[in-house]
Amino acid sequence: MAHITASVYTSHVPAIGAALDQGKTGEPYWQPVFKGYDFSKQWMKDHTPDVIFLVYNDHATAFSLEMIPTFAIGCADRYQPADEGYGARPVPMVEGDAEFASHIAHSVIQDDFDLTIVNKMDVDHGLTVPLSLMFGQPDKWPCKVIPFAVNVVQYPVPSGQRCYNLGKAIGRAIASYDKPLNVQIWGTGGMSHQLQGPRAGLINKEFDNNFLDRLIADPEGLAKVPHIDYVREAGSEGIELVMWLIARGAMSAKPPKVAHRFYHVPASNTAVGHLILENQA
Amino acid sequence: MPLAKPYLDIPGTTIFDAEQSRKGFHLNQFCMSLMKAANRERFKANERAYLDEWPMSEEQKQAVLARDLNRCIALGGNIYFLAKIGATDGKSFQQMAGSMTGMTEDEYRNMMIAGGRSAEGNRKLGEDGDAQPHRQPQGAVGKTK
Repeated sequence: MAHITASVYTSHVPAIGAALDQGKTGEPYWQPVFKGYDFSKQWMKDHTPDVIFLVYNDHATAFSLEMIPTFAIGCADRYQPADEGYGARPVPMVEGDAEFASHIAHSVIQDDFDLTIVNKMDVDHGLTVPLSLMFGQPDKWPCKVIPFAVNVVQYPVPSGQRCYNLGKAIGRAIASYDKPLNVQIWGTGGMSHQLQGPRAGLINKEFDNNFLDRLIADPEGLAKVPHIDYVREAGSEGIELVMWLIARGAMSAKPPKVAHRFYHVPASNTAVGHLILENQA
Repeated sequence: MPLAKPYLDIPGTTIFDAEQSRKGFHLNQFCMSLMKAANRERFKANERAYLDEWPMSEEQKQAVLARDLNRCIALGGNIYFLAKIGATDGKSFQQMAGSMTGMTEDEYRNMMIAGGRSAEGNRKLGEDGDAQPHRQPQGAVGKTK
């Protein structure tokens, strides 16, 4: 049986990808950001899964306004890093797991969540920056990745509660797959940030740290926080945090072990938050 | 029954909902076209001619030509789409976001290094935080206009 061993949460700031790709990780501005992932890179070496189920949001890359799926699961064998306007990031092709992804889609849709099935798409920084943060710059990603894109760009966007419940359905789907796979689920994007208008640059450390506390200890309660609180308190793009509830929902009901916690301000326009939670056997 | 839009009273913030999306459809689709290197080159070679290939309003075209992102957002643009114009110009996301505050690049960058903009006074219209309409523009760029 496939089983979820851990969940990883991280911001996916595009400037972090650019800093890595341009060799700026040693600069004083970036050092504290990357230092927060030193533990994580070692942890990943020690805990490389077979498959990562990676929850992220597409940033007007694979999905334009022609089609706006609320939840989209990648069922392809491979995904090309996207050209977001600067040329594609120089990172490896992402290898998928079509059979496993199709199993999850089948199970989750029958569990009453309407997923959009995607058989061809490019993946943007939302997916590739977390991989870079956790694995560094290898020639090949060391495991397979199932991309799971959530619409947090055009309203209405899914609620925290729906994301949390969906995570539970994904957890059930993974547990029902009969191959003995070690699976991690990652929730990416988020922490306080606003990229638009005269309120650009909003950072709310108190809100962010409270979110991290509750994500660990009180996900049920945290799932009830309405959108407007995220937007008012954590900025218009702080709404991305609802995606972390998908990963948390897929975890076991037992309290997780906190393997790592990190928070830093700023990276470009945002706060950087990061957690590694291990499922307790 | 009208749809609930509790986000309309947040200062300096435009939520990209279906109404904004309808308004900005062609503007945002133009932005998407800049994901191809050949289109970026064509746009850079003659911005006006390239924009005229899209059924955008004259106001939207002028806002793009002026790189006035606040104006683009008011006209239905979304920052993740508009970012592709910035990418074409070789601008970082921080430069783009900062350009909407009236601050110089250094002012904005320094604000972020100092911990970012506070939520205090910036949660609702009518408070007195730095993102409130009566306190715009915020920085040196705006003051010289």
